[in-house]
Amino acid sequence: MPIYPLKETRESPQSQIKVLSWLKDNLFSSLSNAALTFIALYLIYLILPPILDWMIFDANFDLTADNDSCGREGACWAFIDSNLKMFIYGFYPQEELWRVNTMFGIIVALAVFGSLIKKSQYRAHYIIGCFLIYPVVAFILLHGGLGLEVVGTDKWGGLTLTVVVAAIGIVASFPLGILFALGRQSKMRVVRFISVVYIEFVRGVPLITILFMASVVLPLFFSAGMDFDKLLRALIGITLFQTAYIAEVIRGGLQAIPKGQYEAADAAGLSFMKKTVLVILPQALKVSIPNIVGSFIALFKDTTLVLIIGLFDMLAIVGAATSNSSWLGRDTEGYVFVAMVIWVILYSMSRYSKKLEARFSTEHK
Amino acid sequence: MSDLINKEVGEKGCCDIIEISALNKWYGDFHALKDIDLKVKEGEIIVVCGPSGSGKSTLIRCVNFLEKFQEGSIVVDGTELTDDVKKIRQVRSEVSMVFQHFNLFPHLSIIDNLTLAPIWVHNETKQNARDKALQLLDRVGIKDQAEKYPNQLSGGQQQRVAIARALCTSPKIMLFDEPTSALDPEMISEVLDVMVELAKEGITMICVTHEMGFAKKVADRIIFMDEGQIIEENEPESFFKNPESDRLKLFLDQILSQ
Repeated sequence: MPIYPLKETRESPQSQIKVLSWLKDNLFSSLSNAALTFIALYLIYLILPPILDWMIFDANFDLTADNDSCGREGACWAFIDSNLKMFIYGFYPQEELWRVNTMFGIIVALAVFGSLIKKSQYRAHYIIGCFLIYPVVAFILLHGGLGLEVVGTDKWGGLTLTVVVAAIGIVASFPLGILFALGRQSKMRVVRFISVVYIEFVRGVPLITILFMASVVLPLFFSAGMDFDKLLRALIGITLFQTAYIAEVIRGGLQAIPKGQYEAADAAGLSFMKKTVLVILPQALKVSIPNIVGSFIALFKDTTLVLIIGLFDMLAIVGAATSNSSWLGRDTEGYVFVAMVIWVILYSMSRYSKKLEARFSTEHK
Repeated sequence: MSDLINKEVGEKGCCDIIEISALNKWYGDFHALKDIDLKVKEGEIIVVCGPSGSGKSTLIRCVNFLEKFQEGSIVVDGTELTDDVKKIRQVRSEVSMVFQHFNLFPHLSIIDNLTLAPIWVHNETKQNARDKALQLLDRVGIKDQAEKYPNQLSGGQQQRVAIARALCTSPKIMLFDEPTSALDPEMISEVLDVMVELAKEGITMICVTHEMGFAKKVADRIIFMDEGQIIEENEPESFFKNPESDRLKLFLDQILSQ
């Protein structure tokens, strides 16, 4: 019988010319692949230069220009500059803008402070405290009261409104979604029935319908004096809508938890609540992070629909700004700008989701 | 370890800590357990064996009510198992279980896995739970892994963690549900060694296992089950030397010829 000696481990053979081999592997690995590469290059050649011309090379960056002196060959960025306040604050009164800035400033400060005390044992208290107190502070700042002049929600608009609607929709629908997801899994038939009916009903209806219902149909059922705020109605509609989707996403996460986890928690004597909060939900939420954030990104885009019930979010501001006679016909600039702002926000959310996943990963570190 | 497990190594046979009588269980139409009668004395080590599908796992899972049963009664340390949630939790706080697939909580570090039940079920302080957990991890030989996560450990290490976790609540009874069946062969002995040590401490144990070497070494009684019933029970020596029923003879032939 032969005996085989242990062999030495060697490094994998590296290709001599890395760039060439990369090109070959990734772009020209087969005839059809090469063809696709050339088609893609041609498409880029067709699309990119005109866009760059319009946005940069033919564009007028003179911020003092007006609509006529700007020219029509390229973008007129003076339009964005002179309407920037409207894009950000909507029709919020000029002299009260500091309140909106303070609101945004506080949240940034809170987030920075939160990331500084990552290791502290009081971090959970801090976060819960923020979630309980900050909305009240933000509401008073934005809406008024306690000596601050009241600014009606009809004056809110632009990016501020977009962020407020999205943030409230996200923060309110998340816990509600968890409850409905658990409800749908409940052993209690009534709870399960209510959850299923709610989720399936809402998911079967477009958001635009819900917003219409909330703004047009709902007031018909109230007496004249009971009419409540338009924005509030939109927020309730969006939250109810988003809750159903989050519930389904989290239910998916719950179903991914092996039966053994429930059994181990049961066998240890944990009550239903403790089992759910300490063992099941942390795992279910962890696997759902990409889908939860995906759903929130969709919500953020959906907030533009509040336009149809007469609220002016950032997208609607473009229309408002270009209907001003001094900036007629500058819609493209407005939409491109809004698209870029929204893209930056959504891409950040997407990156943050990746970061969260990495942070909660307990695989081989 | 004996001071960790709050019980005295007394004379086996003073009192029945588990009394199962006329236990019947069905899964739908399938009659999974048939008229099981079993009394386990305090400190006794029972090994349950039998072919797969014979109801051994179902039986021990009834003891901590992971499985509901339709007929018969189970009394654990004076508490009868009924649908009453309080009684179920009372029993579960005295009975720990080690599973075939470990079932550690993957989102918690090893130390947090161990301290979860002591803190949240037995209301121990964090510090006490932690100290005890570290002692137990030391006992099973993986103290240095305390801050790691379950998926970072080998199967054998995970099962030893699971045993430490089960011991962390100072249970009176330990249930083992095929603890070595999911392990790579070279890791079986490290888990069995821990179980043998544990058996010497005098804790009441019911082990479903195919490890006949283990059964021979530590069991006070071996129970053979087939088709949902107890076919034969005996002390280890007679169990292996003089099996009476044909089914047990066949089973022993198959399992020992490997």
